[in-house]
Amino acid sequence: MVLGNFFNSRKNNRTTANGEVISLKNLSKVYDTGKIKVHALNGIDLEVGQGEMVAITGPSGSGKSTLMNLIGCLDTATSGSYCLRGEEVSGLSREELAGIRNRRVGFIFQSFNLLPQISAYENVEMPLLFGGIPRKKRREKVLKLLDRVGLAERADHKPTELSGGQMQRVAIARALAMDPDIILADEPTGNLDTSSGGDIMDLFQDLWEQGRTILVVTHDPALAKRAPRRVEIMDGRITQDNRK
Amino acid sequence: MNKPRPGLVFNLFLKASRVQKKRAILTVASIAWGSLSLLLLLSFGEGLNISIARARNGMGSDLAVMWPGTTSLIWQGLPAGRPIRPTIDDITLLRERVPYLAEVSGEIHRRGVVVNYGKSSTNAQVKGVTYGFGEMRNHIPQPGGRFLDAPDEQQRRRVAFLGNEIAVKIFGKDNPVGKEIFLDKVPYTVVGVMMPKVTLGNYNGMDKDHIAIPITTFRAQYGTDKIEVIVAKSDSPEHMPIVLDEIHKVLGAKYGFDPKDKRVFGIWNTVESNHMINNLLVGIQVFLGIIGALTLIIGGVGVANIMYAVVKERTREIGVKMALGARRGWVTGPIVLEGLMYTMLGGVIGLIMAMGLIIILDRIPTGGNEALAMLGKPALSIPIGIISAAILGVIGLAAGYFPARHAASINPAETLRYE
Repeated sequence: MVLGNFFNSRKNNRTTANGEVISLKNLSKVYDTGKIKVHALNGIDLEVGQGEMVAITGPSGSGKSTLMNLIGCLDTATSGSYCLRGEEVSGLSREELAGIRNRRVGFIFQSFNLLPQISAYENVEMPLLFGGIPRKKRREKVLKLLDRVGLAERADHKPTELSGGQMQRVAIARALAMDPDIILADEPTGNLDTSSGGDIMDLFQDLWEQGRTILVVTHDPALAKRAPRRVEIMDGRITQDNRK
Repeated sequence: MNKPRPGLVFNLFLKASRVQKKRAILTVASIAWGSLSLLLLLSFGEGLNISIARARNGMGSDLAVMWPGTTSLIWQGLPAGRPIRPTIDDITLLRERVPYLAEVSGEIHRRGVVVNYGKSSTNAQVKGVTYGFGEMRNHIPQPGGRFLDAPDEQQRRRVAFLGNEIAVKIFGKDNPVGKEIFLDKVPYTVVGVMMPKVTLGNYNGMDKDHIAIPITTFRAQYGTDKIEVIVAKSDSPEHMPIVLDEIHKVLGAKYGFDPKDKRVFGIWNTVESNHMINNLLVGIQVFLGIIGALTLIIGGVGVANIMYAVVKERTREIGVKMALGARRGWVTGPIVLEGLMYTMLGGVIGLIMAMGLIIILDRIPTGGNEALAMLGKPALSIPIGIISAAILGVIGLAAGYFPARHAASINPAETLRYE
């Protein structure tokens, strides 16, 4: 039921709430290791609208990953509020967060994080499987997505049989599987050579132009330059927020 | 939406079951070994059970053996310490008066009777018995023979029924049935020889060494009709106390003793001793089962160990699945299933090995060795199967559950660290 509501609310909200997909208000995260408390994020305020592409930059240890974890619902904030499509996420249970990750967030990782023992097809199918999509629809969707990233012929290959660029394209197909509200990419070109990296950047560009909301954490100036909006983080605070 | 999805869990299990082969083989082998020891121990217990049950029935079941003695209570002006000696006719009296009685029999024994057959001579113990004795005390005749019957008793026939050992002693390999022997110089016709049997208990010597003759013939030859042993069989074990009480009442009225005087007869109530043996056998089974289960638990620890390793190896994968929206049950389910699969696979292999070994052991002859015969043949039974499967199932679930719980506690954010 809960997920059903999310599903419906997403459809409804797409046209409402002044176009904001992500709304962070005074968000803080403290890691309590027992001896010392680490303030990873100190009162972040950030709003990301529908169809925006945001590059998040900053040095190591600045709090980028913590921010991405919170936005991706992999972790919960210590204080502050986080609304995803107008819905408060902060107080939700582990299981409810799993549902949100499944339907509303698409992850792309630096090291691809494909499951090694199953084929490209099955990797893309995984979120659809979790989402309870019927077999026939799953098949249609997976084949369409693999075609979209140009890997229709590699559907039966295992990740180890693919190149880095191909693996990342499978990962992008997987992130798109459930038509998420936001796509979170963490250094998507970090493990790729320049040419493959360029392909991936083109793919992001296409997705953005189709109206996807994309957040990219990156050190890559080339990728950051392509994003219309750049947010810089330092010591758990936003230090710059530039729009082109 | 929150309903469990076993199909998905099974699907994920199929996709994830990829493990180091050697480790899996060793684990399955340890479970197989544990199952084998559990099954073998339990089946040896079962074999012992069966052979003891058989031996126990060798003397007869639901019996009370009574030795007439002396009174210990003053009764109606009569002093204590009087000997009570029932006679042959009292057996008929008891048969008529005592309720719940399946059969009753009297015995008179005589040791050192000279037995002659042809030119050979030996000594034996002769017992005069009433006709119901044979069936009650499991004196089953070998083919071609019979036990003493009611006409033998009524007509005081000179017929004899031989124990299987004394028969061999007198006749060697010849068939004794129909032959004539002399007991203290009086001729008797052999009408039957007892089937060999294993007995757990006996009194007045072993049945296989005895020669049984009709009690009336015994009286005619030796001039005594005082019963030495009364054997009573109740129609069910529960009725034995009533039967014993009634025997006391009937004989007490006739011979003048207090029916509550429990020292008139020395009594061996096999129903009671059976009860004790049963408890002992259950105790032995439980003991063997515990030893087997402990061995199996060691195998279970092996499975848990491999599953912990699997969880550790797949930490990143589990994190990825969680990031893609897998619920806790979808992560833990396949792990529990995998642990259970190793356990069950080992269990099946153990069962096959146990069955093979039991078949082989069954073919080894015990060759007249009484200790081996008593130990019996190991035997599998449905309860053993159920108990073993239950123990295996519990161990398998536990071996999968704890590593799975560990997996569920994985924090996807930490596993997928950006830096």
